Amino acid sequence: MKGYHVDENGYYGIFGGAYIPEMLYPNTEELRQNYLSIMQESQFKKDFHQLLRDYVGRPTPLYFAKNLSAEYKTRIYLKREDLCHTGAHKVNNTIGQILLAKRLGKNRIIAETGAGQHGVATATVCALMGIKCVVYMGEIDIARQAPNVARMKMLGAEVRPALSGSRTLKDATNEAIRDWINNPVDTHYIIGSVVGPHPYPDMVARFQSVISEEIQSQLLEKEGTSNPDYVIACVGGGSNAAGAYYHYLDNMEVGIIAVEAAGKGINTGESAATSALGKVGIIHGSKTLLMQTNDGQITEPYSISAGLDYPGVGPMHAHLFQSGRGEFISITDQEAMEAGLRVSQLEGIIPAIETSHAFAIFDKREFKPEDILVINLSGRGDKDLQTYIDYFNL
Amino acid sequence: MNRITDKLRQSGKILSIYFTAGYPDLNDTEKIINALADNGVDMIEIGLPFSDPLADGPTIQASSTAALHNGMNSELLFDQLKNIRSKVNIPLIIMGYFNPVLQYGVEEFCSRCVEAGIDGLILPDLPLDVYMREYKDIFDHYGLLNIFLITPQTSDERIRQIDDASEGFIYMVSSASTTGAKTGFGEEQTSYFQRIAAMELKNPLIVGFGISNAKTFQQATEYAEGAIIGSAFIKHLTKKGVANIPEFIKRIR
Repeated sequence: MKGYHVDENGYYGIFGGAYIPEMLYPNTEELRQNYLSIMQESQFKKDFHQLLRDYVGRPTPLYFAKNLSAEYKTRIYLKREDLCHTGAHKVNNTIGQILLAKRLGKNRIIAETGAGQHGVATATVCALMGIKCVVYMGEIDIARQAPNVARMKMLGAEVRPALSGSRTLKDATNEAIRDWINNPVDTHYIIGSVVGPHPYPDMVARFQSVISEEIQSQLLEKEGTSNPDYVIACVGGGSNAAGAYYHYLDNMEVGIIAVEAAGKGINTGESAATSALGKVGIIHGSKTLLMQTNDGQITEPYSISAGLDYPGVGPMHAHLFQSGRGEFISITDQEAMEAGLRVSQLEGIIPAIETSHAFAIFDKREFKPEDILVINLSGRGDKDLQTYIDYFNL
Repeated sequence: MNRITDKLRQSGKILSIYFTAGYPDLNDTEKIINALADNGVDMIEIGLPFSDPLADGPTIQASSTAALHNGMNSELLFDQLKNIRSKVNIPLIIMGYFNPVLQYGVEEFCSRCVEAGIDGLILPDLPLDVYMREYKDIFDHYGLLNIFLITPQTSDERIRQIDDASEGFIYMVSSASTTGAKTGFGEEQTSYFQRIAAMELKNPLIVGFGISNAKTFQQATEYAEGAIIGSAFIKHLTKKGVANIPEFIKRIR
């Protein structure tokens, strides 16, 4: 069947698969054989949805942004993932994976984190479940995201610095994978995005798909249709976007727009716009688009937003780009920061810098007055306050 | 007849050494291969450095980073190897990660390997099913062997599949670890080595990971046809330099 969901072999078109050393085969195979059946158990669904409701605070509101809509002369709804416990959509996935890990009998959790949002979301659910948690974080990110490091420690997690390579998210992911190679039996690796070997991209997308499921029913109530004209989300690895698009992937009435970080500009050498700069290759066990040299060495991305600072993109998104199903737009640091300030002052919502990239789309593209847009407001800006302060001399 | 298969038919335990091409210095490749061959090493794995070596511990990571910084790449490696077969007859294998090979073009990469006299490849992150489906024909066409890994966690059923798909030898990873993470073997390894030996696979086994000296070499080869030393050799190169390679080999056997 031609579609935009994963196929039975773990591929989205030509992208995806599990390009992993044999040492990781038993771990990922165990997951592959069990994730769908566990997720379909009625008790699992019950536990998952109860925690999403009572602990995370779901459903998150779908808010009609009156002032933004007036400013840009179109109809803009915001999906308020910023109101989730821990401040971003990341916790939807960590709740799901911790429940899955418990059913697989694992007693140790590892995770990677860039900005620290996924690390905090993982440390949170590990505290909740009383499971040992180790979070790998690039040494450079540890220095620039001190409040999130403190939060993880307060939640009882051990934060281990990734000292290799560029000492950022890519390297934290490498270190987490190496930890998993060294601890294959008792440990579950909670990947934070729709990246990594199959079944991770699909599993994470399914846990995040609660976002688009809610959008459908909330929009129906407000507009009499469950289909917006466009769903818009920022994409680093792409988990919030995958969640926002999920129930619309094969619904061609709904346009899909992905916003990537151009950093200082696509051609400056300091960018993270994978769709513009990437080529097909293998990163972290997945065949996808990634930024690399002609010789196949993975290059260092750059974005002011640590959550978008990743040299690849999930295989679902690579397929959306290559097939033309998704429209990809890249936004510079400056455009994103200014959009973040504008949204703060027009709507009284300070978005995470990742999300600010999605709000900058109005500099690049016009919409019709009658268009209905849903922007996934993936996270709140508390963690980025220092960056905003420094940028605007507040 | 492939040199790997040929070598394994002869009696005696195989000592194989891994080094990272372009390390310590960019143009050490030939010097290191010659020194290893001259000192009785049976087989060599030439590491093609990669920016993100997932299966490697800190020692090989650091050598890869340094090699890339020195300017190593696939094209240059093939260039450095172009006269190697005038002097060296032992099997030579390129070990690396799949992405650089994919970017070079798998067919072109295989073709250049054969030109340079390479006998096989070890690409840990090229999975068995993808290899069989997409690349086996190319490898077969060029007569290059693709070497697969097994680990203590690999199921018997999968070991049989790998054995069926393999030619040359099977790379038996000694423990659940990245390279250079563990030193010495305990009961766990011994029982694993015995379990695999008892399966009577059609391919010979060569043990890698955790072998650093005469003792571990001897333990590993008790149940296998040979053993591979990587991180310990890189550490020796870092400390003592290319000139002192004979000293390292003499300490192993």
